[in-house]
Amino acid sequence: MTPSSRVKTLTIDGRPVSARSGETILKVARENNIFIPTLCHMDGLSPVGACRLCLVEIKGSSKLVPACITSIFEGMEVSTKSEQLDKYRKMILALLFSERNHVCSVCVSNGHCELQTLAQTLGLEHVHVPYLYPVMDVDASHERFVSDHSRCVLCTRCVRVCEEIEGAHTWDIMGRGAEAKIISDLNQPWGFSESCTSCGKCVHVCPTGALFEAGKSTAEMTKRQFLPYLSLMRGEKND
Amino acid sequence: MTPDEIRVSAKKYRAERTKKKHHVCVCMAAGCLSAGSDVVKTALEENIEKEGLGDSCEVRGVGCLGLCSAGPLVSLDKERVLYQNVKPHHAGDIIKSLGKEPVKEIQCDLDQPFFISQKKVVLENSGRIDPERIEDYLAVGGYSALIEVLTNWTSSEVVDEVTQSGLRGRGGGGYPTGLKWSTVAKADGTEKYVVCNADEGDPGAFMDRCILESDPHRVIEGMTIASFAVGAKLGYVYVRAEYPLAIDRLRKAIQQAKKFDLLGANILGMPFSFDIEIRLGAGAFVCGEETALIASIEGKRGNPRPRPPYPAERGVRNQPTLINNVETYANIAPIIRHGAEWYSGMGTESSKGTKVFALAGQIKNTGLIEVPMGISLSEIIYEIGGGIPGGKKCKAVQTGGPSGGCIPEEHLNISVDYESLKSLGSIMGSGGMIVIDETANMVDVAQYFMEFCRSESCGKCVPCRVGTVQMHKLLEKISAGDATVDDLTLLIDLCDLVRNTSLCGLGQTAPNPVLSTLRFFRDEYAALLKPSSATAAADE
Amino acid sequence: MRTDFSKPAPPSNDKRWKMIDAAMRRYGHKPHALIETLHTVQSVFGYLDDDAFRYVAASLRVPLSKVYGVATFYHFFRLKPKGEHTCVVCTGTACYIKGANQIMKALEDELGLRAGETTPDNKVSLMTARCVGACGLAPVVVMDEEVVGQMTPDKVLERVQAWRES
Repeated sequence: MTPSSRVKTLTIDGRPVSARSGETILKVARENNIFIPTLCHMDGLSPVGACRLCLVEIKGSSKLVPACITSIFEGMEVSTKSEQLDKYRKMILALLFSERNHVCSVCVSNGHCELQTLAQTLGLEHVHVPYLYPVMDVDASHERFVSDHSRCVLCTRCVRVCEEIEGAHTWDIMGRGAEAKIISDLNQPWGFSESCTSCGKCVHVCPTGALFEAGKSTAEMTKRQFLPYLSLMRGEKND
Repeated sequence: MTPDEIRVSAKKYRAERTKKKHHVCVCMAAGCLSAGSDVVKTALEENIEKEGLGDSCEVRGVGCLGLCSAGPLVSLDKERVLYQNVKPHHAGDIIKSLGKEPVKEIQCDLDQPFFISQKKVVLENSGRIDPERIEDYLAVGGYSALIEVLTNWTSSEVVDEVTQSGLRGRGGGGYPTGLKWSTVAKADGTEKYVVCNADEGDPGAFMDRCILESDPHRVIEGMTIASFAVGAKLGYVYVRAEYPLAIDRLRKAIQQAKKFDLLGANILGMPFSFDIEIRLGAGAFVCGEETALIASIEGKRGNPRPRPPYPAERGVRNQPTLINNVETYANIAPIIRHGAEWYSGMGTESSKGTKVFALAGQIKNTGLIEVPMGISLSEIIYEIGGGIPGGKKCKAVQTGGPSGGCIPEEHLNISVDYESLKSLGSIMGSGGMIVIDETANMVDVAQYFMEFCRSESCGKCVPCRVGTVQMHKLLEKISAGDATVDDLTLLIDLCDLVRNTSLCGLGQTAPNPVLSTLRFFRDEYAALLKPSSATAAADE
Repeated sequence: MRTDFSKPAPPSNDKRWKMIDAAMRRYGHKPHALIETLHTVQSVFGYLDDDAFRYVAASLRVPLSKVYGVATFYHFFRLKPKGEHTCVVCTGTACYIKGANQIMKALEDELGLRAGETTPDNKVSLMTARCVGACGLAPVVVMDEEVVGQMTPDKVLERVQAWRES
């Protein structure tokens, strides 16, 4: 194939950009420093298109598409910002805050939380949907890590990193809909999991304070950036 | 067996089938069975023996006769007599009356609109043949379309014929079937799959169950023709575990078809092989969505994934996969037998052929009907359905299940086709049609469907997982009389969000029952609202 | 974690495990046979427990959490044994329109149970079904596999009481 046929040109927010065939809108946008909010997405893990925060508009299509999973095409015209998108993104965040018990002031990840940062970046000032206040447990049975389901946003990054990178597949989701919950093995306490290797990858990909290192108190939990290193090892060029 | 051997056998079965003077057909589909038709069948058999009429009469178990509300149903095939609400004690009278005047007390009028206004294509054998005998299906011309295709047609001719017939997907979406077939036929893949979606999840719909229970070979024939057209070797029927009788009959039919070399390796001695496996659903509505269905066939949680890629390119095991609904496959054999022109002669400009509906709710004649596209809803409700019982008025007709909407009484003159139903905020759907009378509260109806979507949401994407919970809570609040106009505004905003941002069809259509009831019955919502705190403060 | 792919031993000497083995063999012990296998386990043993999960997971080489995730995604699967008798109330649209709610409420009040629960004496399990597809007979209750149409709260209570007294 000639190089020219593999290079596509498109516009994002009116800016002409070029990209390699098969790249996603999100990747091209990030290469060009155009911000698209994401939560379930993580470089190095398979995309799932679940959080719906990265939805963008494409000219000629009435449907919004997830930027993390949609490939670019020649002549594509992408809009990452609009009044409607802004409204939807804020509502999705509001729904996430309402779903479980996100109390930043007592959270280990306060100040290092992707959900919190997104709310600040997108200007979510108040949550106008009623809080559901479900009763959720904390699992402190693991000697090094803790899971607090109140702070889980079901992004499944932990499930994917454990399956795709560590190969242990300790985590999965049980139930469905609003009853869905992250579990280890047969829904047993994490500390009793037979498959967990205690590698800690899940803890570091967790966008919130749902998975954290034992012994950390409010605002102390910072996440290690090991996925850029992982991409490097796999020979993927990020920038 | 070779094609000629099958033709000879079919002729023999046809002769055997018509040999006896009287055929007493007892409906053995789930509806009549639960009303006790199996006991009636035994009683009829005993009476034939008692009267010594074994040489001239035969009792047959057949598929659905349609009028489920009057079950158990017994039909005299040759005499064109139908008996309703038959109890075992009627058996003696029925047998004694053979060849004479029918038993008046239980006779059902076959000239009423319920029977004469229907047009049977998919259900042509339903209630006429024994679904557990391939011999019966062969006797009425079954598998002749498959034989014709395998001996005289190329695969692209099959695709063209289906395209020209104008058949559209009967699962609800209405995607042109021929286009789907040609996409899969053209797709590159080492192996392709043909999938039959029999995960009839819409509450209030039982068309697919009846087709599988009444004429399972028709679905197998349709799938086999499809596999020839697109180049697949293996097919799956994904059927709900809640339908044990349909599963049992389908299993038997697959075994029989294999025995007759109509399925399996080298079908009818020709270089064409196709096999069908059954996969059981396990109580998840979302698995009717095609990407979720594929995940489920692969033994995984039924989570949908974003499309594209579409299953036609990447489906089961990432191979090109053709997914059609039971009723769609059931239309294939007649299209091949009678030609595309015959089929497209029925229906409207954009919606060809017939559609099977499951008529239920507050209506006199509940059951299974098949009507030409383009018939009006009022004809279905008032003529075929016999109107509303108890002198009540019809308020609305719900079509399309949880993804559909409510069509109010004043719009019942609408033509039943994909576009017209959509213009009123509902959908054709798979064919569930629930009649709601004036006593029902429409906010309740919306709440019922939202409860359904909330608990059937897979939980993968945020808008559907949390949005349906919030919308359901708001509807509860409205029903309880605790909501203000602000709550209603929030509900409408959430509908907009969930519809436009959800990952799959379940989420995208979940707001439909709310939106359609709001469109036509907004006053019922308004009547339940209390003054908002802002207006209350202003009043003081 | 198992690294060898030899066949794991069944959880007990119960002969019924042979039926589970046969089901898995039919699909070549492939991971995609998971749901079919769970169906077989439930039809043989009545419900799914941790022993079954472990055995199926090891035999099909599927992670434990995935087996549990699949089993809890599909509402047809039961993780607890059901009672001697089961009463399944259809909550499909046609049944709803014709009063399934009142039937459900009558049963809940009478048995002191919610859907999915079993009476303490293990006599009666109360369940709901999305739609049993017998809408022509609505409202429908499935009493021990028998589909009973045109149900009323009184009729259903009468039958449940007969069970409890037996």
